[in-house]
Amino acid sequence: MKKSLSMLLAGAMLVGTLAGCGGGSDAATTDNGGTEENTATGTAFKIGGTAPLTGSAAIYGNAVKNGAELAAQEINAEGGDIQFEVLFEDDENNTEKAVSAYNALKDEGIQLSLGAVTSKPGEAIAPLLEEDHIFALTPSASSPANIEGNDVVFQMCFSDPNQGLASADYIADQQLGTKIGIIYKSDDVYSTGILEQFKAEAEVKGLEIVTEQAFMDGADNDFSVQLNACKSAGADLLFLPIYYTPASLILTQANAMGYAPKVFGVDGMDGILAVENFDVALAEGVMLLTPFNADATDEATVNFVTKYEEAYGETPNQFAADAYDCVYAYKLALETAGCTPDMSASELCDKMIETFPTITFEGLTGDGAGITWDSNGAVSKSPKGMVIENGAYVGMD
Amino acid sequence: MKKVMQKFRRYAASKPGRDTLISFGIVIVAFIVMQVLLSLGMVSSLLESLLVPICAYIVMAVSLNLTVGILGELSLGHAGFMSVGAFAGVVASTYLADTVAFEPLRLAIAIVVGGICAAIAGVIVGVPVLRLKGDYLAIVTLAFGEIIKNIVNVLYIGMDSNGLHFSLLQQSFELAEGGEMIINGPMGVSGVSRLASFTSGFVLVLITLFLILNLINSRAGRAIMSVRDNKIAADSIGISTTRYKLMAFVISAAFAGMAGTLYGLNYTTITATKFDFNTSILILVFVVLGGLGNIWGSIIAAALLTVLPEMLREVGDYRMLIYAILLIVMMLFNNSSLKQRILEKRGMKQMEKLEKAEQSGKEGA
Amino acid sequence: MSFLNHLINGVSLGSIYAIIALGYTMVYGIAKMLNFAHGDVIMVGAYMCFCATVYLGWPPLAGVALAVVVCTTLGVVIERLAYKPLRMAPSLAVLITAIGVSYFLQNMALLIWGSSQKSFTSVVGGSPIQLFGGQLTIAPVTIVTIVTCVVIMVVLTLFTNRSKAGTAMRAVSEDKGAAQLMGINVNTTISLTFAIGSGLAAIAGVLLCSAYPTLMPTTGSMPGIKAFTAAVFGGIGSIPGAFIGGILLGVIEIFAGAYISTQLSNAIVFAVLIIVLLVKPDGLLGKHISEKV
Repeated sequence: MKKSLSMLLAGAMLVGTLAGCGGGSDAATTDNGGTEENTATGTAFKIGGTAPLTGSAAIYGNAVKNGAELAAQEINAEGGDIQFEVLFEDDENNTEKAVSAYNALKDEGIQLSLGAVTSKPGEAIAPLLEEDHIFALTPSASSPANIEGNDVVFQMCFSDPNQGLASADYIADQQLGTKIGIIYKSDDVYSTGILEQFKAEAEVKGLEIVTEQAFMDGADNDFSVQLNACKSAGADLLFLPIYYTPASLILTQANAMGYAPKVFGVDGMDGILAVENFDVALAEGVMLLTPFNADATDEATVNFVTKYEEAYGETPNQFAADAYDCVYAYKLALETAGCTPDMSASELCDKMIETFPTITFEGLTGDGAGITWDSNGAVSKSPKGMVIENGAYVGMD
Repeated sequence: MKKVMQKFRRYAASKPGRDTLISFGIVIVAFIVMQVLLSLGMVSSLLESLLVPICAYIVMAVSLNLTVGILGELSLGHAGFMSVGAFAGVVASTYLADTVAFEPLRLAIAIVVGGICAAIAGVIVGVPVLRLKGDYLAIVTLAFGEIIKNIVNVLYIGMDSNGLHFSLLQQSFELAEGGEMIINGPMGVSGVSRLASFTSGFVLVLITLFLILNLINSRAGRAIMSVRDNKIAADSIGISTTRYKLMAFVISAAFAGMAGTLYGLNYTTITATKFDFNTSILILVFVVLGGLGNIWGSIIAAALLTVLPEMLREVGDYRMLIYAILLIVMMLFNNSSLKQRILEKRGMKQMEKLEKAEQSGKEGA
Repeated sequence: MSFLNHLINGVSLGSIYAIIALGYTMVYGIAKMLNFAHGDVIMVGAYMCFCATVYLGWPPLAGVALAVVVCTTLGVVIERLAYKPLRMAPSLAVLITAIGVSYFLQNMALLIWGSSQKSFTSVVGGSPIQLFGGQLTIAPVTIVTIVTCVVIMVVLTLFTNRSKAGTAMRAVSEDKGAAQLMGINVNTTISLTFAIGSGLAAIAGVLLCSAYPTLMPTTGSMPGIKAFTAAVFGGIGSIPGAFIGGILLGVIEIFAGAYISTQLSNAIVFAVLIIVLLVKPDGLLGKHISEKV
């Protein structure tokens, strides 16, 4: 009985907070919608995605959010027929939160979705998108489960198995190493997806994998065991199908123990040079396959990187670039299909499913060859082989 | 008729009676209100998607209250049992997908299987753990929670025409043609058919309340509370403290398992990392904020605190910060002298009311 | 040789756990509370040192000093604002408040420093020492960590046993009421304990990030939980216990990863903890207090 009062007060506090937040919400959407907020309202397409904006995966979520907002700002500033309002909700890289974040977006009336940033939340919301018949183009949820079993989810990033395949081919063709050691993250679909395909292809190509070492969330601050195992197995090439956050630590620790194998990474490795205060000398000679290169000199990339650095004070990584491409791909598809902002999500969804497999999109992450999609939603674009020299990415071929 | 009314009134005036009525009242009224709003289409998709998790968290909070509030032992690993229930339930429902076509029945079977598996885990954990005391007990429950998470994380279960296959650490079995993986190690389960619904969640909450409130108000419940209040005294009057401790702990684990199944079958994909220390803490916060031993307090706290972070979405980056501050302020207020004074004042008024009621009751008789 | 390598890595990791655990154990001993925010104070310490050395260009030692000063203040402020009003409240209320403080610190760090990872420059320079023709390598930070840990343990033991303030601490932890009657200022003593504990957390944070140079708002949480385990392992409230517990925990973790499975190393650490507690219910060096009726 005593508690009833405290619960009442807690409730009152809740209401109070909500009321207090009401005022703040306008400011929040202004940030999201870009500079042309006033002209955008009512005549703009509402697109939205769930992203880990807090928690340990926040770095990827924020990059995607920034990249998408930057693209929308540019498009809105041009003042064409197609205008965008971009919304993001926090999913903390957690499936439960992803479902509520998706529903929050639905309540805000999104017409097109940017899916989820990370794979597991993406898998959780894929069936909901299918049920509600809302089209999604995900910038970075790369596991095949995101696009399998539904018609409405398309990917902007490589699928994981493709990367494993390409990496193994590349290593075999260029004869980069004879004894390969692998350190992967066992509770990450991204990492294991690449690994499985890499192993299969390595067998075909006759590459020798001497050791596979796993690590997991919550046990990712010490790699001495894994590195010692690779070292004693005599691995001269380290394949790291992981994100750059643990990779930077692996490089530092390998250096501290005087172990200097060649290192080969995948697109998650991109961004390692942008880690604040990271000693780039440690990454010297690291090779990676990536769809995007922030140091490229073509006009589109330079424009994007400059604007991004101006707006957010950091160098964009491939997540930001993929998200930027997503918004522009939407623009192209919407123009091609002749869509208008007053169409419902369901109508747009049908149009997009029809349109996406037919278009060829020139984006930041396309390597000039253009990006296409098959009817399942898988993307086709060629990865770039990069090597880090003197603290910058250099094309390998 | 009058007699029945009188009996009811007396029941409602007693403390256990009042608590039971309030608990059921809250849940049933909330369910009816939500159903009406749902049929009118006045519920946002966000809130609608939260209904099943809220039911699961209510069951979690009520069951943890049995351990922490009624038994008086701090448990920091409750999410471990939820995990066992969730994965066992998913395996059961996938396994039975062809044999039991009627979904509610399949859900019910899965929930029972989840509950039983979690109860078995509860016995395995409880026997050693309950020999310890206080903070040592708390850390061991935390340890078990982490161990359960780690083991589920390296568990591989596949199904084909030959039945179920298990292995640890590596997938050491080959599936026959047409077989499928149910639990794929660290990647958890995906492609689960979402059987859970608000109604099933509501029924589970009702069953939980009925069983746990009955337990608390039974002879066994009083024995458990006597263990909490004074173990040595309880021992000396012949209450088997070990037995009652284990009983409360295992029942609590079983309900956590059922909640886990409900939760697991509400999403297409779940991983073991979801059921970590933070989730255990989250449930504990529900219980403490709702009041130790106060069942309906747990219900309200679980529902409010699940909705709160979602409602705070509007403030973006400041969301979790505000949540943290509210948490601290609520705890400080709950134990402040200000609240004491308000309560005293209210207590006085209530005493007067009770006295009056008693007098009028006597006159009526 | 790889055995020696693993052993050194284990002791190094264990030393960091031990320093954190020492802070845990002191606070527990006196306030009888599980301070779950301790791990996040570590994170704040590391960020402070990072800011000082990278943004302001201070020398490493000055960075460490700043971290210690800020964390000490932070610890005292947290105690005054959040824990002191709850001194008479049930221990669970304090536990939840500590968790609230932990969330608060993490999210403040997220707002201030952003979500992206920062690479920490080791405060200990120098190149690794190579032994046995390069088969055994020891990083300088490993040596500094181990030495620091031993020094802290010895100084703390001397402090609590010999100094006046230390004696006051022990008195307060035995019996608050009696200590007050003897003229000990309980509030000051508790504040002092929090100050020391948080100062240690700052040092631990700097060393943690020097050995494992990645810094994020969540950096402190897992080491915090592990150190809490270490403190219980050695017998919570006991200073040598926390030291031994920390070292053992680190060694077990590394060995379990190296010889069994890196995916199960956490599970094995916790399993060993459970076994130890079943054999010695008060931890390795804990005092057994008999129950009173």
